[in-house]
Amino acid sequence: MEKTPNQKAWFLVLPVLILVAFSAVVPLMTVVNYAVQDSFGNNVFFWEGLGWFEQVLTSDRVHAALGRQLAFSAIILAIQIPLGVAIALCMPKRGVWASVCLVLMALPLLIPWNVVGTIWQILGRTDIGLVGHTLAGLGIDWNYARNPVHAWITVVVMDVWHWTSLVALLAYAGLQSIPQAYYQAARIDQASRWKVFRYIELPKMQGVLLIAILLRFMDSFMIYTEPFVVTGGGPGSATSFLSIDLVRMALGQFDLGPAAAFSIMYFLVILLVSWVFYTVMTNLDRAEGK
Amino acid sequence: MASTTETLAAPAARTLPRIRTRHVVMVLYLAFMLIPIYWLIKMSLQTNREILGAFTLWPQNPTLDNYRVILTDRSWYMGYVNSITYVVMNTVLSLAVALPAAYAFSRYRFLGDKHLFFWLLTNRMAPPAVFALPFFQLYSSVGLFDTHIAVALAHTLFNVPLAVWILEGFMRGVPKEIDETAYIDGYSFPRFFVKIFMPLIASGIGVAAFFCFMFSWVELLLSRTLTAVNAQPIASIMTRTVSASGLDWGVLCAAGVLTIIPGALVIYFVRNYIAKGFALGRV
Repeated sequence: MEKTPNQKAWFLVLPVLILVAFSAVVPLMTVVNYAVQDSFGNNVFFWEGLGWFEQVLTSDRVHAALGRQLAFSAIILAIQIPLGVAIALCMPKRGVWASVCLVLMALPLLIPWNVVGTIWQILGRTDIGLVGHTLAGLGIDWNYARNPVHAWITVVVMDVWHWTSLVALLAYAGLQSIPQAYYQAARIDQASRWKVFRYIELPKMQGVLLIAILLRFMDSFMIYTEPFVVTGGGPGSATSFLSIDLVRMALGQFDLGPAAAFSIMYFLVILLVSWVFYTVMTNLDRAEGK
Repeated sequence: MASTTETLAAPAARTLPRIRTRHVVMVLYLAFMLIPIYWLIKMSLQTNREILGAFTLWPQNPTLDNYRVILTDRSWYMGYVNSITYVVMNTVLSLAVALPAAYAFSRYRFLGDKHLFFWLLTNRMAPPAVFALPFFQLYSSVGLFDTHIAVALAHTLFNVPLAVWILEGFMRGVPKEIDETAYIDGYSFPRFFVKIFMPLIASGIGVAAFFCFMFSWVELLLSRTLTAVNAQPIASIMTRTVSASGLDWGVLCAAGVLTIIPGALVIYFVRNYIAKGFALGRV
């Protein structure tokens, strides 16, 4: 749609600007403030320069948390994207069953994150949980609170349970937009199922899949509540992802300087990914406009 | 003739087993989705002794006692009241500021519009962990710590951008000729907006409200950091119970089931918009 140039439109966005400035810019400035200063208490601060950034960048603890975070996000994407696409392809195209599937699949998306954690915390227990009990029955010494591998499996399966439906629903929305004529043409050409997927469905889903990948990356990159409830970041710090580590640093130990420097670098990563996301979105809008 | 029947029959024979695998995959996936939820409901219908006693796949003596505990104990049910209070405040606030802004983004070009739109997105993507400490200090210093309004304001950080993006996605689908006709007919902007435009994007407003509600409802970190006693949300009460010793699993599960209900109630009405909402109105 052709937009009219009109500077008065600023008045319409002003409330948003003020509100978000209050809830985003002011706190961010506090963070910047802490990142470059040090204090011995009593609200006396002195200039620290880039010292905290240096400390964080060379800190083993942050490196380890970042490594765990990237591994987690990579595993999540590697499982959820193909699985989500597969589920979307299996979903009924229309009718009552399509609605039933949509509603049931969306349920985990709407459960409060701490309850998701609670559910899997219970399921994994050998005494009262279905999964833990079954595994124990099979002779596996299942203990996600002590064994780091078990903790990781629990957290990953939990996230797959929680978010795969989102990928599936997005891919499904992409599939729904493919005109029936494309499939008919493919049938006339006697295209195999794989070729239909590769040359018709995949290109048409490209846009939504990019969105799905970015959303899943962002959300898994800042995951906090679910692993916090299930494992508390443990055993040791085996499942302390970036957010958990950051909160521990800032609110647990009150290491304000390093925590703030950490926050800023965290935020820069987010900014970068958001920019990619934005570019994808605007390109998609433009392609749709044509 | 024989060859025609063959080519017609061949795809049919090939589709039949494919449909069956599809169904199997779907049933397995839905089972994977539902079993954890079933387990939560099952445990919420058992007494703590029964849960810790013999392992059973379904409740032997279903009881609603756990729900009774929650609905009669002030320290439990106030959690729901607190959560709903700040979630509703946040939804109303977010929509009220987002509606005019989304209209501006969908209709006009103005200085810095693209930058502003992008900046809003970065706030939707911002990790709450980064904001937890500054929010705590900010709201403590202005005397809003442990109030509903503090949590409602804090959640606007991601909900206002979300609402703006979703509403903009719906508004761009409304042709501009409608606006122009209304102005020619002598409508003032506020009257046009409320009387004509808002009914046109009613489903968009519904979807935006639903997502504001959901994202504020499921969030734990900020709401826990910003509250202590008076405005403590149900999510935070639940995590505190977990850390305490002598935990009552049945009551915890009942509390969990009750938090799922608001989402489960409205999900049918928004089923076709879930993907659109999560993709910020862009699918």
